[in-house]
Amino acid sequence: MSLLRTENVIMQFGGVIAVNDLNIDIKKGELAALIGPNGAGKTTAFNVITGVYTPTSGKVLFSPTDSAGVASEIDISGKRPDKITGLGIARTFQNIRLFSDLSVLENVLIATHLNINYSFLSAMLRMPKARKGEREAKEKCEFLLERMGLIDLKNEKASSLPYGQQRHLEIARALATNPQLLLLDEPAAGMNPQETDELTDLIFKLKTDFDLTIFMIEHHMDLVMEISDHIYVLDFGCTIAKGNPNEIQNDPKVIEAYLGVDEDVED
Amino acid sequence: MVVGMTLSTFLQQLINGLSLGSLYALIAIGYTMVYGILKLINFAHGDIFMMAAYFAYFGISVFFLPWYVTFIITILLTMLLGAGIERMAYRPLREAPKTSLLISAIGVSFLLENLATYLFSGKPQAFPEFPVMTTPIFVGGLSIQPVSIVIPIVAFFLMTVLLFIINKTKVGMAMRAVSVDYDTAKLMGIKIDNVISSTFAIGSGLAAVGALLWCMKYPSVLPLMGVVPGLKCFIAAVIGGIGNVKGAVLGGLILGFSEVLMVAFFPSLTGYRDAVAFIILIIILLFLPNGILGKKQVEKV
Repeated sequence: MSLLRTENVIMQFGGVIAVNDLNIDIKKGELAALIGPNGAGKTTAFNVITGVYTPTSGKVLFSPTDSAGVASEIDISGKRPDKITGLGIARTFQNIRLFSDLSVLENVLIATHLNINYSFLSAMLRMPKARKGEREAKEKCEFLLERMGLIDLKNEKASSLPYGQQRHLEIARALATNPQLLLLDEPAAGMNPQETDELTDLIFKLKTDFDLTIFMIEHHMDLVMEISDHIYVLDFGCTIAKGNPNEIQNDPKVIEAYLGVDEDVED
Repeated sequence: MVVGMTLSTFLQQLINGLSLGSLYALIAIGYTMVYGILKLINFAHGDIFMMAAYFAYFGISVFFLPWYVTFIITILLTMLLGAGIERMAYRPLREAPKTSLLISAIGVSFLLENLATYLFSGKPQAFPEFPVMTTPIFVGGLSIQPVSIVIPIVAFFLMTVLLFIINKTKVGMAMRAVSVDYDTAKLMGIKIDNVISSTFAIGSGLAAVGALLWCMKYPSVLPLMGVVPGLKCFIAAVIGGIGNVKGAVLGGLILGFSEVLMVAFFPSLTGYRDAVAFIILIIILLFLPNGILGKKQVEKV
């Protein structure tokens, strides 16, 4: 069953067509990757899905499962980002965008806002309901930090963490919104091979443990080929290929546009 | 002049400076909070302060409501007014360039000033007297108006509450997150519009309290009464580092103290009273372009 589909999505900025006729279909529970040379429109595609941009034309269809276990398809194109996050799509960013002045714990807590419900007044007066809501949110966040290996750093300022841990924190923050679909924008960017390996394992575990569907943009081909079920290749905004890792590696168009010079991929 | 100043006069002036500074701080917080979140200088803030003074004047002198009822109504109405201005004049321009927003703020400021002149006439109205507050009491040779003591106490109580809201509640956490990164905050599911409305409501509420205390000390209400305090408190916010609440308090106190002490030490310069704020602003910005507690701006490439 599809969790996220796009139908002929076009995103145009003035004369530039950043995403041209994007048709993706991500099944529930799979791990899909979006690859392509720099400037191919990958991050723009993410921005359209998360509501940062309203597509010039086309539809983005998301089928979240509600609390009763029923999935229904909703057109989310042009909806507000916070509404889309509320429906169950969370993301991380290519250039890390943590709330630098907030502590590690607060960065995660903030993302639970959607899911705790009590009024400002009851928070001010420390009503039992607010206290309970806050405690639960805090426990959940601490659990997520524990999971991402950041629990000892929870009171540090987010900006003081080393780069790799900031990436982990972004994932923790995204998970705190209770997503069904997690979008990772170059999670391994700037990581060394060992860190990339660890990240690969982590992504895989998170996917199983949190029952996630993952869609990621990544340049580390080893990582993409190893863990993806499906790969979409963009070039100049157009989808030039889609398929499983094996098909992508052997697609002449992809080799020409993107992988051609890379000998590693040929074997 | 200086020679004639005794210790008790000096202490007395310090108390006056503290009370004026706290008033400035209360109003400056509104500028700094809005700037922190929207990167907008809300030029209408001084006029929101003026409207609060009129609400209180009408409550007590025209509708003869008890003072405590009037004060509560004034604060609530002013909060509504602040949030309403945001809703009508700033929200439609959310995606517009910042300059448009600034022009809109100036427009709202003129609108409020002229609306007040039209509705309430340009004639100063006498704010009801609070003898308990204004009859000087004598403490150890000092003659002090109780209001001068009440102002800092109320102001610091409210600032503590505000810091609690900002640091410990979820709306405060959301405010801090939005001020760091507006777009990411949206993507984390924060309802930006609610956060912005609360910011305006809180800032305006503090301005309302400021207006009430101001009018007890200087009991005259007129349509342009918000202009000079508004400008000075904006300067206070800039001196302290705009966007930083503690900075606004610090800036307000610095301005209040310098103004009062200058007049006390150099009575012949009384006419330049209002220039003090600008001189301090220039000096501080020469050395600390981001204000005293402001963060260094790093241009993102």
